[in-house]
Amino acid sequence: MNNKQPDEFKIPIGPQHPALKEPASFSVALKGEKILGVEIRLGYNHRGIEKACEERTYIQDVYLVERICGICSHAHSTCFVQAVEEITGLDVPKRAKYIRTIIGELERVHSHYLWLGVAGHEIGFDTLLMYTWRDREVVMDLLASITGNRVNYGMNTIGGVRQDITRENVKEILGAIKTLEDRTQYYIEVATQEPTVINRLSGVGMISKEDSLKLGAVGPTARASGIEKDVRKDDPYAAYDEINFKVITDDHNDVFGRTVVRLKELLESYSIIKQALSALPDTPISVKAPRKIPAGEAISRYEAPRGEDIHYVKANGTDKPERVKVRAPTLANIQAVRKMLQDRYLADLPIVIAAIDPCFSCTDRLISINNLDKGEQKVMDWMTLRDYSIEWYKGKGVDFSVASKRLGRIS
Amino acid sequence: MSFGKMIKEALESLFRKPATLNYPVEKGKVPERVRGKLIFDPDKCIGCQLCVKDCPSEAIKINKVGDKYEAEIDLGKCIYCGQCVDSCVKKALAITNEFELAQLESSKLKVKLHGEPKKEP
Amino acid sequence: MLKALFLILIFPGFLFLFIFGLWAEYFDRKVYARMQNRVGPPWFQPLADMIKLLAKENLIPEEANELFFRWAPVVALTSVVTSFMYIPLWGTKALYSFNGDLVVVLYLLTLPTIAFFIGGWYSTSLFARIGSVRMISQLFAYEVPLLMAFLSPAIIANTWSISGISSFYKGHPLYILINLIALFVAMVAVQGKLEKAPFDIPEAETEIVAGGFTEYSGRLYAILRLTIDMELIVVASLIAAIFLPFGLGYGKIIGFALYLIKVISLVFIFALARTVLARLRLDQMIAFCWQYLVPLALIQVLINIMVMGLLK
Repeated sequence: MNNKQPDEFKIPIGPQHPALKEPASFSVALKGEKILGVEIRLGYNHRGIEKACEERTYIQDVYLVERICGICSHAHSTCFVQAVEEITGLDVPKRAKYIRTIIGELERVHSHYLWLGVAGHEIGFDTLLMYTWRDREVVMDLLASITGNRVNYGMNTIGGVRQDITRENVKEILGAIKTLEDRTQYYIEVATQEPTVINRLSGVGMISKEDSLKLGAVGPTARASGIEKDVRKDDPYAAYDEINFKVITDDHNDVFGRTVVRLKELLESYSIIKQALSALPDTPISVKAPRKIPAGEAISRYEAPRGEDIHYVKANGTDKPERVKVRAPTLANIQAVRKMLQDRYLADLPIVIAAIDPCFSCTDRLISINNLDKGEQKVMDWMTLRDYSIEWYKGKGVDFSVASKRLGRIS
Repeated sequence: MSFGKMIKEALESLFRKPATLNYPVEKGKVPERVRGKLIFDPDKCIGCQLCVKDCPSEAIKINKVGDKYEAEIDLGKCIYCGQCVDSCVKKALAITNEFELAQLESSKLKVKLHGEPKKEP
Repeated sequence: MLKALFLILIFPGFLFLFIFGLWAEYFDRKVYARMQNRVGPPWFQPLADMIKLLAKENLIPEEANELFFRWAPVVALTSVVTSFMYIPLWGTKALYSFNGDLVVVLYLLTLPTIAFFIGGWYSTSLFARIGSVRMISQLFAYEVPLLMAFLSPAIIANTWSISGISSFYKGHPLYILINLIALFVAMVAVQGKLEKAPFDIPEAETEIVAGGFTEYSGRLYAILRLTIDMELIVVASLIAAIFLPFGLGYGKIIGFALYLIKVISLVFIFALARTVLARLRLDQMIAFCWQYLVPLALIQVLINIMVMGLLK
């Protein structure tokens, strides 16, 4: 880029930025107000959860996997537990499946309300943020009284669920859903009829159906481009094969479409919850699971509020898993962000990023090393990475003798 | 073109009580099932250490004191999941909804549970 | 001489503007919060913010041009306070008036925008530069309809002095109704000057941190915030003096109370607009101003010229 114009420059959005709720680095090349290109770097939230899962038993892992993300916690926990149950061949009782469905849909309601608020904040409409988050408190209090916690519900265990839904809980849920349905109708009105909101959301972040399929977008991001993919319909799990619901798609291809898809999904969720509550079967809520899981491997998929969540579990006969791999939906959607931001304005960047509902805590799983000098790319395994980092720190002058004596290893 | 769709709602909110809970002056109602601090019954504990084995964050320790056992919990490490309650064969552990457990010194977070006095029937 | 100093520094000069500006910021934030179902700040919040900022350290970026960086907020504050001298508050006579002071006041109100631009540009921070460029682009959009809207009542009154306009309309109160379109255009365009939603693009928190004010901290930032608060009062008083000059002949006390009511209602309407509208993008805002506001202002000017002709 030797012939750079004087008004072309690069600004860093992130890792710390008021627009982002979690750290990620978007290096934006700007010409005036127009975006020329975006370079995305992730990895600021990597905590080594996949490795930590291998050091803990399956029962402890249920709680660890739940804490990958605060908003999709039930999604991750259910997905993991489903994979382990498939390896073991456990027959989960029906009531447990229905309860998992109900809690999953309540989590979807809470997540979409949170997204509405964040989207409002990104376009400068703070009133929407305050109103939607006030209504979200209804769902959080409801979840606290059913499961015991506002986030990270701890509802799942291998073989079923841990708590039952009593008759008072059913009444509470129905009352809360009635309130929320009225509020959702109001927000649908506001989002589709307020001219300033429509101006900011329409035509922004456009991606065509072919590009969406090619880049592998999932969840509401893909459904807003007319792709009818929903794990609940394609590969039913829990109680979804016995419940009637529609898959919502929209053909606006832009952020406005994503808003409409999420709002209408809220209405579908209310209907699913009502159906599940009226059809709750009368069975026990869990079966006893063995502590040592027999050898085998399984993949399980779940429709998290943000898209398709995939867990892969490999067991080897002991009480600790051999390998756990998590593919969160945001990793699939982030590739589409670069395409969406081409030839748009800087002012659109926060809302486009917010429209895929990014959850970088879910995303930062794998490590891929880009050797920029040599232009090659490779994936390191655990022992190679450890040796590499020790060599690097030795080169900086760090002394490892005390640490290696304690660890009893030779570095 | 109807600008300001929310005007009616905004003006109505002006005269309503705010939705803010002035904690800690006002305290909301805490549901029964909320998972807070643990309680322990030493008469029922047999020292099998299943709760120690299953705790996801290694927050609980069972020590032998005399011929009974006592539970030592690190309230900072505990994630209040209640797995120890489920794992206990003799139902010696139970969970209450007391959640206001903050302390100014971290040493005060390590509590030893000896058991609750028996309630009069 | 002493009387002049009292009028300029205490009442209705600097001290009055200071207190009223801070109170108006409290009122605006409280109303905004209540409309969002929240509690809002206590009455002393803006004063507490000011005191806290005055006590903090002034950080000046190494590459910034210190002279411009330091003096831009001071220039902005001075011009805002000076322009207040020419606006009649509760009578038809301002502190100082002369034929043409309407143009001078409008010029003095443009000066803060230029000063913020210079301060932001010479901060040499990327976000500050983007923010200050946005400020100037916005200036091109709202300045033309704003000036046309303010100058149209002057056509009927046949004078360029604000006090003269005030006394003309006091004598012919029915003519206020002719200028209603200009009132609407002025109230919309002035949101751009005050950088309130839907036109708060230069200070878009979620996009460019704080726009032109990103690198300011400590005492200089306190001066900036004070300028913004005072600008609100000055602009509201100007609109009240030119477009709503009724009830001016009832003496000082009632006139002052009426003035307070007018300014507070204007601040309330601005807060309401801030609550229910989202932020527009820069190109959308420029398109809106040039496609809708400028034709409306032109229509108002034409109407006023025809009325002038009819009156003769």
